Amino acid sequence: MTDASGLPADLQYTLEHEWLTTGSPATVGITSVAAEALGDIVYLELPAVGDTIEAGAVIGEIESTKSVSELFSPVSGTVVEVNSAAVDDPSVVNSDPFGAGWLVKVDVSGTGPLLTAEEYQAHAAG
Amino acid sequence: MSDQPEPTTARRSPLHDEHVALGAALTDFAGWQMPLRYGSDVAEHTAVRTAAGLFDLSHMGELWVTGPGAGDALDRALVGNLTALEPGRARYTMICAPDGGVLDDLVVYRLSDDDADETLGHRRYLVVANASNVDVVRDALTERLAGRPDAVLTDRSLETALIAVQGPRAQEIVVGLVDDPAQADAVRALKYYASVPATVAGVTALVARTGYTGEDGFELFVDAPAAAHVWQAVLAAGTPLGLVPAGLSARDSLRLEAGMPLYGNELDTTTAPHDAGLGRVVRLDKVDDEGAPLPFVGRAALEARAHATPSRTLVGLEGLSRRAARHGYAVVTPSGASVGTVTSGAPSPTLGHPVAMAYVTPEVSAAGTELAVDVRGRHEPVRVVPLPFYRRPR
Repeated sequence: MTDASGLPADLQYTLEHEWLTTGSPATVGITSVAAEALGDIVYLELPAVGDTIEAGAVIGEIESTKSVSELFSPVSGTVVEVNSAAVDDPSVVNSDPFGAGWLVKVDVSGTGPLLTAEEYQAHAAG
Repeated sequence: MSDQPEPTTARRSPLHDEHVALGAALTDFAGWQMPLRYGSDVAEHTAVRTAAGLFDLSHMGELWVTGPGAGDALDRALVGNLTALEPGRARYTMICAPDGGVLDDLVVYRLSDDDADETLGHRRYLVVANASNVDVVRDALTERLAGRPDAVLTDRSLETALIAVQGPRAQEIVVGLVDDPAQADAVRALKYYASVPATVAGVTALVARTGYTGEDGFELFVDAPAAAHVWQAVLAAGTPLGLVPAGLSARDSLRLEAGMPLYGNELDTTTAPHDAGLGRVVRLDKVDDEGAPLPFVGRAALEARAHATPSRTLVGLEGLSRRAARHGYAVVTPSGASVGTVTSGAPSPTLGHPVAMAYVTPEVSAAGTELAVDVRGRHEPVRVVPLPFYRRPR
């Protein structure tokens, strides 16, 4: 339903529509595909700085007018920063999901299954 | 994140191509593929509150009941008093099962009598049913009208398109599309819950002043092949005034703020109209020609229900935190005792905090009562408030 072109090629992706930067600490967000499917995001619940998180585990929730989705962590590690600006005004996740709408930064100790932009595009188009 | 929906075999609205051209996100709703939103659902919601929104409601059911006995037949089939309805007026009513459970909530329009039938006064009623219940309502009416040649049921749901124009600028937009000055005056003067035939953008339409948003607005019934022309004309005339096409997502948040029930959420077959605070639609005062109480389907059960102490009450809940209660979540007391269930809930774009409707036990239904909702394992504080959450300024 959503145009998956225009995905930054330098990011890694998950089947649950998250993206993350390579290296550590990694910045994590949700993709434009996810943001558009959710509709207007009105509330974000994110982990706290210092929380230990595990790849594949639920680390937060994303609430839009119509629905609530869980946020899955693509990596294991320790949360070193959360985007408090996005918590205050979640609409930035809709308007700039790959930029100002990032969610958390994680000191990475391990990763779950990740996709390239091309692989994710095929998944999202499917 | 959830995966994308599977390809659908759902019915398409006569306006499907318009939705695709506007880039709508489509969703399956009651067997139809309908627009969920065109862009931002919050922006669509706000446009309806401040200017106007254009909705495709062609999935709804249009069932005509005509003939000299149409009014009496509907009085016996539905809970309302339809013989008392004047030509040109409309009424919100319900069709109930024999046990008093709600089969559907309806808007019934009475049109002017058909002059072709001079002796009997050939009455014409249009019964508008929810898309999810068209088959149920048609089957129930077929059964309840059986053996009555004086009341004929015709299902025109698939041949009829329904376009709603809702919001403070709706009158300006719709009246501007009616060329005939007398008809334009009639549309402008239309009362809430009334209808008048008019030619809109060159197309024969039934123009009704009804809606499901809490705003002033109109609903236009037109033949399906003419729907796209009317849609485009409204869009062209309304866009400069701030009108935007609006999807089912905005429709749901608008009706929730306006405290209007949605069948499947606040109403279902296990619910009596009284449970939802809508006991007034049950007209136990209906009488036959001899002045005796008129029998209608569900009467005995609803009579008993009208005098019984309710076991639950529909209330409004104002969220005091940012996480919204959703359909099916448990309502609890501050100490954690379960006292009810949320029927609808969402963040309110107009009010800026979550709102919900819920069935709760009468002891905790007074306005101001502090309760909580179990939002995915955490108790979020809410307060009972009077419905509706939003009332338009007049």
